[in-house]
Amino acid sequence: MRSRQAIALLALVGCFVALYLWLHALGVGGPLKCGTGGCDTVQTSRWAVFLGFPVALYGVIGYFVILVVAVAALRPAALVQRKWNVVLVGLASVGVLFTIYLTYLELFVIHAICRWCVGSAVIITAIWIVAVKAMRSVQVSSDSY
Amino acid sequence: MRRFYVVFAVLAVVLGIGLFVLLRQGGGASAAAAGPPPTVVDDGFRGYTMGSDDAVVEITEYSDFECPFCANFATIQMPTIKQQLITTGKVRWRYRDFPLPVHQYSRYSAHAAHCAGEQGKFWEMHDQLFYHHQWAQTGRDPAGLFRDFARDVGLDLQRYDACMTAGRYASRIEFSRQEGDQKLVNGTPTFFVNGKMFNASRATSDAFKAMADSIIAHTPPKPRPREDR
Repeated sequence: MRSRQAIALLALVGCFVALYLWLHALGVGGPLKCGTGGCDTVQTSRWAVFLGFPVALYGVIGYFVILVVAVAALRPAALVQRKWNVVLVGLASVGVLFTIYLTYLELFVIHAICRWCVGSAVIITAIWIVAVKAMRSVQVSSDSY
Repeated sequence: MRRFYVVFAVLAVVLGIGLFVLLRQGGGASAAAAGPPPTVVDDGFRGYTMGSDDAVVEITEYSDFECPFCANFATIQMPTIKQQLITTGKVRWRYRDFPLPVHQYSRYSAHAAHCAGEQGKFWEMHDQLFYHHQWAQTGRDPAGLFRDFARDVGLDLQRYDACMTAGRYASRIEFSRQEGDQKLVNGTPTFFVNGKMFNASRATSDAFKAMADSIIAHTPPKPRPREDR
């Protein structure tokens, strides 16, 4: 239960990070607050759009779906069902793979790092680790019966 | 479980407030650098130049960093012109600002280039602004992106920020625009070859090379200084 709660909270934070980047892509608010990072370089590059939509929109949708699944998995009836852990690992894995691709672009193609993107990468990685650990612990406990 | 939903709700509210504050904060293009100055003063500046002072041919370009034609010229024609005419000492290139009123960030981008020029990096910033021209198509405040450019070309960011906030070169940019008006510049880019307007529709590297070679061929060589024995 704790792991699903942690995933829900992490997804909530990730959702707001992605929402900030998406709203910026739509022209809401001023320049990105990025410190000494290269957020604007990344966000105005041609890789900031994927299949016609801002990359941040995929982040908003992805985190929102993980959030909904994690909260749904907290229902008393769902707590004992292993399938929710599998779904969470699957969703987080897609997010991690997409993040690896985006981080590669930042480091080796755009040559600029967006701190918000790094934040998002940390969050999705943390979600994936928690989800995998939860799935494995359920497996171990069911194996031991 | 109830405690979790309380934590969840509190976190959502905190993040929502944080997002609202982030979006409300300004810090974008300073009005002093983005708009025309209240007064225009001639400080004697006549544009940044590239190439030999002894070149027989001088080409003056009136340009606007937000103009797509100027970006095309800078990225497609200019590298060849640099290689064939400027580095060979045939041509001296002079850049003058002509911010068009239809563009929202023309003056601001010109200002970013002048603030870079203050630190000896005008042409580096010129290239950043033209080679990453996506900023001109989004309509978004480019202040943060230009600051990234400033960092990338190695500017002292504190000096750059101070220059942009103060709008230090707004008068210089407007003076250049007024000068362009007097020379009947009505679009960008507009070129003058040794003071005579050059048909912009022919503004290719080949056309400039032909023109420069023709002028050089018809210019008598400078007399060599006599050597005393």
